[in-house]
Amino acid sequence: MSETVLKAGSAEPQYQPSYLEMETKHKGILSWILATDHKRIAQLYFFSMMTMFLIGALIGVLIRIELMAPGRTIMDAQTYNGFFTLHGIIMIFMFVIPGLPAVFGNFVMPIMIGAKDVAFPRVNLLSWYLYVIGGIIVLTSQFVGSGPPDGGWTFYAPYSVKSAANIGMAAMGAFFLGFSSILTGLNFLVTIHRMRAPGMSWDRIPLFVWSLYATGWIQILATPVIGITLVLIVFERVFQLGFFDPAFGGDPILYQHLFWIYSHPAVYVMILPAMGAISEIIPTFAQRTIFGYKAIVASSLLIAFVGYFVWGHHMYTSGMSDTAKWVFSFITFLVAIPSAIKVFNWVATLYKGSINIQPPLLYAVAFMFTFMIGGFTGLIIGAVAQDIHLHDTTFIVGHFHYIVFGGTGFAFFGALHYWYPKMYGRMYNIKLANIAWGLFFFGFNVLYFPMFVAGYMGMPRRYFDYLPEFYIPNLISTMGSWFLYAGIILMIYNLVKSRKTGAIAPANPWHGVTLEWSIQSPPTYENFDEIPVVKDGPYKFK
Amino acid sequence: MFNGTSTFVEGVDNAFLFIVVISLILLIVLTFLMVYFIFRYRKERNPVASQIEGNVTLEVLWTVIPGILVLMMFWYGWKAYTPMREVPEDAMVVKAVARMWAFSFEYDNGKKSDKLVVPINKPVKVVLEATDVLHAFYIPAFRVKQDMVPGNPQYVWFSASKTGSYDIFCAEYCGTLHSAMITKVEVLEETDYQAWYEGSALAGDEPVGLKLLKDNACISCHSTDGSQLVGPTFKGLFGKTHKVVSNGVEKEIVADDAYLMKSITDPASDVVVGFPAIMQPYQLPDSSLKSMVEFIKTLK
Repeated sequence: MSETVLKAGSAEPQYQPSYLEMETKHKGILSWILATDHKRIAQLYFFSMMTMFLIGALIGVLIRIELMAPGRTIMDAQTYNGFFTLHGIIMIFMFVIPGLPAVFGNFVMPIMIGAKDVAFPRVNLLSWYLYVIGGIIVLTSQFVGSGPPDGGWTFYAPYSVKSAANIGMAAMGAFFLGFSSILTGLNFLVTIHRMRAPGMSWDRIPLFVWSLYATGWIQILATPVIGITLVLIVFERVFQLGFFDPAFGGDPILYQHLFWIYSHPAVYVMILPAMGAISEIIPTFAQRTIFGYKAIVASSLLIAFVGYFVWGHHMYTSGMSDTAKWVFSFITFLVAIPSAIKVFNWVATLYKGSINIQPPLLYAVAFMFTFMIGGFTGLIIGAVAQDIHLHDTTFIVGHFHYIVFGGTGFAFFGALHYWYPKMYGRMYNIKLANIAWGLFFFGFNVLYFPMFVAGYMGMPRRYFDYLPEFYIPNLISTMGSWFLYAGIILMIYNLVKSRKTGAIAPANPWHGVTLEWSIQSPPTYENFDEIPVVKDGPYKFK
Repeated sequence: MFNGTSTFVEGVDNAFLFIVVISLILLIVLTFLMVYFIFRYRKERNPVASQIEGNVTLEVLWTVIPGILVLMMFWYGWKAYTPMREVPEDAMVVKAVARMWAFSFEYDNGKKSDKLVVPINKPVKVVLEATDVLHAFYIPAFRVKQDMVPGNPQYVWFSASKTGSYDIFCAEYCGTLHSAMITKVEVLEETDYQAWYEGSALAGDEPVGLKLLKDNACISCHSTDGSQLVGPTFKGLFGKTHKVVSNGVEKEIVADDAYLMKSITDPASDVVVGFPAIMQPYQLPDSSLKSMVEFIKTLK
């Protein structure tokens, strides 16, 4: 707690030691890895996740080089199979699922609701430890036992039961990562329910916080299902219990149901907080109130709820009943509506704004564009007949990269550029950030768009080798990956360099009006000297 | 694309076009508005923003109109799908069996083939079975795909309307050589098909052992000509001494009859050094095992 108490809202508050410099019980590295401050935990997540992201992206580039031409290019088939599996596990479980909640949820959510920390700071630290343990187990599974796991991040049975590769260990790693996610969700739900500043009624909560709230419920209710499923896989491998492998009397389709009951809602765990971040960035850079606050809140809750009942659209070709196919297809189309509502409201928020074109806004625009393409291609494969043709082709790979990377990825880096000055008290080089964004956005589309073409032509996914007719789209795709990677490296270089040498950022560089902009940058331990009283909605610009 | 090679192509592609056209219009309009607003209302031109909280009419419109559009998309997609489930009564039946990493097709008269050969303009029901893990039977040109589930036979049907040769892919990940699990469907004129069906081009001439090695997809991993695939080649295998790993211990073993048979029924027990331990055990009658080994002996 700070010694000198200043009145909140005084004109020139004196700078106090920030969360980065504060005195703690422990020194050096211990003051970080034993930290319970939500902002320090956010930093722990940030660095571990960015490390994983860069490894995952590098593997992605290697996969693309392998696919640059038919036949063997740089690796053999089994290495390739291990690589796309590792790429999936890292990116899904260690980057996009913890994603925005673990970093920006931890950093700004308590500040946005006027709280000093989350409800359970120690549990929050435990979540990070579970994340690290899960990550270490998954990475270790690559190097010990009978060979790197293959079969994809989906661990489909009975392959995952029969494969000699080290799948059991990777599944246990994912199990730990799941618990990390459950605890974060629980922590955030309690925080949002119990710790809002006086006056912050439910209709005054910032939209990013609302999106974390909707996400929290999915994390708590859906993640245990994947935990149980992964344990069943391990039991089946170790004790030969017949859950999923017909050789032991199990049912492979049951596995897919259990897997997607979690893993489809997990897509909304990835995308809802991303939508929340976009709902913060757009009003700030348009300097006007969000269009349709209530519609956006309602659509978040609807997506979270309806999103539970669409998992079967991953399984049209699995052999489940035709009734199940049309029911899941029908609900899948329904869930498109609240997503569309959000896009309409964001675009309407730009109308008659006073728009300040800065890197976070560019990322938000990129998000909306790629998310729309991801959404529209989702309509194509939500329809049963087209999905029969496109399922398990590169069309699917293109589609989910547009949603998960184009959606969540652009929102993540947009949020990073948005809250960076708040996190570190320094500003990055804007010009460099714009160039990096351009490379990123260009490379992204060149990389993933040709996958729709190859997919409609019929190229199956998870193919180490392909027939010559798919050569051109694959070649273009691979070239795109180089631009994309260059953009990411340039962006990271800019952000890392500016951390020490960037210009000192004012407390409110973008003229935002949510609570995090009312305190100093970087914030102090416990954020507020005096808990603010909220008198109005979150986006009241003068 | 849109070449009408099977019964379903038109339905699937029309539903696809319907969704693509609506999506493209929405994408272009929304992207245009987004970019236009950003430049039209940038702070240099519009220093003071208008605080517009929302508009109920607009919210209702952009909920109801997309709602109607997506329900239409759903309906087109479903309507294009239902014919895929309604197999005509006069359809001929072919059984397809998938195993790592090959398809084999069995006809009514007992004929076996590694390609699917069908007559033109005749409904064909392909009954799909898998022996080990999930595979998927995918003919892009016909717009059909179905997972092949061990212990749970599935089916697809189609009627090919152009002669020619089209790709069949395995579309569900099934292990190391998943991407090599490719074959063809040959669509022939009725008379050519009958000649093929009654002929014995594939069966008969071959030694029984080779036929068994083909039927069980052994040769997708073990070559007969000395080339290096996933597993050791059969050429020159018999009678030589090989380094193997048994229960984690490296030892030398002579490839005799007993060793070869055990390697088929229990491949994990002695794994040749330098090769991954990924082969599944095969349960085959002793007579088959003997024929296979006899054939391998001939590959000097």
